[in-house]
Amino acid sequence: MKASDIGGEVRSVRWRTLDFWPCALVLIATAVALPLIGSPSTWLTLTVAGIAAGIIIFIVASGLTLVFGLMDVLNFGHGVFVGSGAYVAAALMTHLATWSRLTWATASAAILISMLTAALAVGVVGWAFERVVIRPVYGEHLKQILVTMGGMIVAEELIKVFWGPQQIPLALPEALRGAFIFPVGEHGAAVERFRLLVIGIGLLVLASLAYVLGRTKLGLLVRAGVLDSEMVEALGYRIRRLFVWVFVAGAALAGAGGALWGFYQQNLVPQIGTQVNVLVFVVIIMGGLGSTFGCFIGALLVGLISNYAGFMAPKLALFSTLGIMVLILLWRPQGLYPVTSNRT
Amino acid sequence: MKDIALALEGVHTHIGQYHILHGVDLRVPEGEVFVLLGRNGAGKSTTLRTIMQLWKASQGRISYRGDELIGRGTPSLADLGIAYVPETTGVFSTLTVGENLLLAARRARTTRELDTARLDWIFELFPALKKFWMFPAGKLSGGQKQMLSVARAICEPRALLLIDEPSKGLAPAMVTNLVAALAEMRRQKTTIVLVEQNFSMAKALGDQVAVLDNGRTVHQGSMEDLARDDALQRQLLGLHLGAHQ
Repeated sequence: MKASDIGGEVRSVRWRTLDFWPCALVLIATAVALPLIGSPSTWLTLTVAGIAAGIIIFIVASGLTLVFGLMDVLNFGHGVFVGSGAYVAAALMTHLATWSRLTWATASAAILISMLTAALAVGVVGWAFERVVIRPVYGEHLKQILVTMGGMIVAEELIKVFWGPQQIPLALPEALRGAFIFPVGEHGAAVERFRLLVIGIGLLVLASLAYVLGRTKLGLLVRAGVLDSEMVEALGYRIRRLFVWVFVAGAALAGAGGALWGFYQQNLVPQIGTQVNVLVFVVIIMGGLGSTFGCFIGALLVGLISNYAGFMAPKLALFSTLGIMVLILLWRPQGLYPVTSNRT
Repeated sequence: MKDIALALEGVHTHIGQYHILHGVDLRVPEGEVFVLLGRNGAGKSTTLRTIMQLWKASQGRISYRGDELIGRGTPSLADLGIAYVPETTGVFSTLTVGENLLLAARRARTTRELDTARLDWIFELFPALKKFWMFPAGKLSGGQKQMLSVARAICEPRALLLIDEPSKGLAPAMVTNLVAALAEMRRQKTTIVLVEQNFSMAKALGDQVAVLDNGRTVHQGSMEDLARDDALQRQLLGLHLGAHQ
């Protein structure tokens, strides 16, 4: 038997061993919503909006779930990065106003540039946040909760100092306003252009994340670290250093997600981070703490169901997110894709 | 007289409020198999974890080839050529067998870059690892996980191997393979510290032996002397090795 024979007789069983039920839940939710909503065109509009919202939530939440999985750090201040990203993007868009007035291509480029700049700036903020706020409280959950929430309050106040306490409009570039009409149903289904752009950007981020986590040694280390950071250290890898990079990358992703969330809402308030924080925690708990794929499925469910509920029963919209989390935790108390950590 | 590879002098370890090691002294000669014996709870696994700096010694000295280990981070021990197989196997359950081995080979970036000659040797010892190469490690049986854990420790040449009860859960045929693998490691001049409850395996492999009791070293000498002396076995372990062969 030779090492070179590997793969000849054994095929990957990764797909065979994947638990498809949580993925099926997303399809079931969209299928059940169709007869309840009644109109296929409205259903399509809501579904695309839900997927776009879910993708933004996923971009924001993915870093947090890895940070928890790797170092058992509960960062309740993750919203700091969302708020910072949104405001940095808004500030940059005022300088890119000319671009955003031209064609849809230049407008999309303006949004991409502002999003990437927000990610870079917030990555630096994340690096400082890890050193100053997180590092002194490793291994102490209660202190982590208190200190990171304190950090978020301070960040909100800083946003008020720089941009003021009032609501700031963040208008979409003209070229990206409006909707495409798809020939579905009697009057056609309107799908906003910006939401399609968000889905495109989100899929790009998702593919990059999937590539890094699934195909590189760095990603392998992150996945192993989430399962058993002690053993990764015993194999000779410096998990603290890896954690800092994951934290910075998670902050940068949250910054990018914050920029998209700002455009999605089309206005900014200093409390934007706190608002998104609740959704982010719902998603990472629902997905299974530390699981990136669980986080993705959880984010899609939250995005879709809150959109459907907002249309069918607006008074229940706020409850729907928490309701779906409760139901999922009753079904799977460790989340959709529990991380079988070796930690005791 | 061989050089001493690993030396522990008066090592104390506290875990939270519990005082587990009360002054462990060990002198592990270079290139030999050193067996740690003792009843359950005697402090054998804690000793290995303390050497690996996974638990911090509160007192004492631990040196490897003259370098002090206390105060070094766990990852830097791998730089010195020290590998560790924990009692819990420590396999990464959602990663495949191949990915588990790739992590242990620090210089390789993909499984294609793994040392194929060494991999062939591992497959000869543990054929199941080839069969389940693409399988998530969490789906393996207890014995297969144990094989993977040992394979991970030997997939690169090591200078010092710390192994905590590797034969636990292995079928007799696999234990034979494991003994062969460790004997080959010894031939390659790897120093091995082995915590083992399987006395026939311990006797077959061990050059030196130490017995721990209540977190203290109560005996250290050659395995040959202990295996010959029934009275000493009864005194130290409450049994004699012959009864377990």
